[in-house]
Amino acid sequence: MNMQDLLFLVPLLPLVSSIILLLLAGRLSPMLVAVFGVGSMALAAILTLLIGIEFIRMGGDPFQQVLFNWLPIAGASLNFGLHLDQLSLVMMGVITGVGWMIHWYAAAYMFNDKDVQRFFVYMNLFVFAMLMLVLGDSLVLLYLGWEGVGLCSFLLIGFWQHKADNVVAAKKAFIVTRVGDTAMMIGLLILFSEFGSLHITTIVDSTLEVSQSNLWLACLLLVGGAVGKSAQLPLQTWLPDAMAGPTPVSALIHAATMVTAGVYLIARMHPLFLQVEGILTLVAWIGALTLVLAGIAALAQTDIKRILAYSTMSQIGYMFLGLGALAFDGAIFHLMTHAFFKALLFLTAGSIILKMHHQQDIFKMGGLFKSLPLTSTFLLIGLLALVAFPGSSGFFSKEAILAATYKAHTAGPTLWWIGVLGAFLTSLYSFRLLFIVCFGPANHDLKEPDYKPSSQLVVPLLPLVTLAVIGGFISLDFSLVFGPAHHPNIPLWIEWMPVAASLVGFILAWVLYFPRKAMQANDGLISHFCRDGLGFDWLYEQIFTKPLQLFARINKSDVIDHFYHFVGWFNFSLNEILVVSQNGKLRWYLFGTLAGCALMLGGLLWWR
Amino acid sequence: MTVPIEQGFVLVALLWAIGLVGLLSRKNTFFMLMSMEIMLNAGALAFILAGSLWQQADGQVIYILILSIAAAEVGLGLALLIRLRQHYGDLDIDKLDEMKG
Repeated sequence: MNMQDLLFLVPLLPLVSSIILLLLAGRLSPMLVAVFGVGSMALAAILTLLIGIEFIRMGGDPFQQVLFNWLPIAGASLNFGLHLDQLSLVMMGVITGVGWMIHWYAAAYMFNDKDVQRFFVYMNLFVFAMLMLVLGDSLVLLYLGWEGVGLCSFLLIGFWQHKADNVVAAKKAFIVTRVGDTAMMIGLLILFSEFGSLHITTIVDSTLEVSQSNLWLACLLLVGGAVGKSAQLPLQTWLPDAMAGPTPVSALIHAATMVTAGVYLIARMHPLFLQVEGILTLVAWIGALTLVLAGIAALAQTDIKRILAYSTMSQIGYMFLGLGALAFDGAIFHLMTHAFFKALLFLTAGSIILKMHHQQDIFKMGGLFKSLPLTSTFLLIGLLALVAFPGSSGFFSKEAILAATYKAHTAGPTLWWIGVLGAFLTSLYSFRLLFIVCFGPANHDLKEPDYKPSSQLVVPLLPLVTLAVIGGFISLDFSLVFGPAHHPNIPLWIEWMPVAASLVGFILAWVLYFPRKAMQANDGLISHFCRDGLGFDWLYEQIFTKPLQLFARINKSDVIDHFYHFVGWFNFSLNEILVVSQNGKLRWYLFGTLAGCALMLGGLLWWR
Repeated sequence: MTVPIEQGFVLVALLWAIGLVGLLSRKNTFFMLMSMEIMLNAGALAFILAGSLWQQADGQVIYILILSIAAAEVGLGLALLIRLRQHYGDLDIDKLDEMKG
């Protein structure tokens, strides 16, 4: 049998597991919940591996699988179909592979939580939605997954819903991404009216003459959707707050998979973006600005998860920069390596947070190399990959993006310099994190060195550690999706400049942050400004929230309602007046009738 | 001797007014029914007079019709009165005022 025919099982397995866990809510032991939740992911990952091997053996030709007719509309019938090509295979591999490790880790991390079953319902549902997003053969199916992951993200950020802050963060994430989702929806409708179809291959291969301005608008709106989901400027404010969710959620959704959906969307629709002038330059600028701003914001954070969140924003900025510089393969490559090392970083952060009894302030840690040697080593490896240490996975992918940026006609040297500045910032905040957390005097009550952490919290990290180190040597072939790969001919100094910038960042971090005495968070005005995400929250509050609240206050008693209240009042008054005449006295009625007759008769005679 | 038609209509008006006053002033439902009969007969008499004035048989036809309707109406009315009497023990129209808004 052909392995590719089993493609539908990959999204189906997590969905079935999610439904089973949902239906048997409260009836399964935590062990069984973990078996279902993690087992379905393991099966999906193994299946993905087998399909991938078969796919590559067959030469990488796109594979379609139509499951059923989804929306039978006359003229534009919509199938529920899966589309497997080199791009979606890589995405599927990241989602199921990294997802499996994170689920495994999460099973140990959440084992003692009383809501572990609900947790895995959401997690498995998320994986299903994410797989639909990357496997869907039409933009409608992609949108289904797009909204599905948004929903699961909302549910998981607010997973510990008894704390009001978590609920606020969940709502914020949902509403801010909704702005982008709405833009994307409008973009999809424009595409449908232009092409008469939402089937991705049909749109991409279309030879129809379409209006340039409409296409430009549609692409802009798609970028809006991507920006919202991937936490780029100007819709980036939700991601740091999304760290309120459990740490495995941050690893899976807010680092490895969902936030990269925007990158996938633009890469998937890249033939459209190539047809319109200027839009890719815009994408590149969005990425470049985000990567620098997020890097600066990361420098001022004190919460270990928020540092990683800003780092994620910054790295996705690199991916956007790559997309804008026509290095689609580089962007997806960086997406993959980033999924490896950022998932690793979040999970090690989760281990540290567990050991610190849910203390997330880095200034309350310190000296962890002595007390948690293994976890700290993992953290170091993840951070080395993040700063693109030569030979690590991040090095190759970031290099591919930056090299393409310098030469690309949509990007150019200015953006390249911003990228190099970003590399410097990445190195600075990464080593700041490392130095403060792992060196210096211990600022916590964990005195006993812990050489034997729980194996369930370590084993899932091993593949991620391995991939974070050697993931750069995986050669991805996107020739059938993005066209033949081309390696720009650039001078040697351009290749090594980011490394030099990282080195400068490392030295500066050593000078500034290596803890020689007990460290304190900097409490200056600028630090506060950066810690709050460079004032974007404040700005949006002034522009959107405050006027809306003002309007709500003015309209508290509902101005329009007054009119309707008057109509009601008028009728009730009339009723009360007329009720007096309905007194039940028959003679009174008779008199009324006669008086009426007399009046009419008199009137008739009078007016003649 | 022939009665002038005007005198006939004066009688009609008188009868109708007597019936109306009775209807409005009486409290006993039975007397109200009787007053109504008087008004009805005033109307019937007007038809007879009009028939004789224009030498048409239609007036008498209508009279027969009114007479039979009046008989049916009295039958119904009396039956209602008996039920009212049984139910309330009284025929005072001012006490029978349950049906009001």
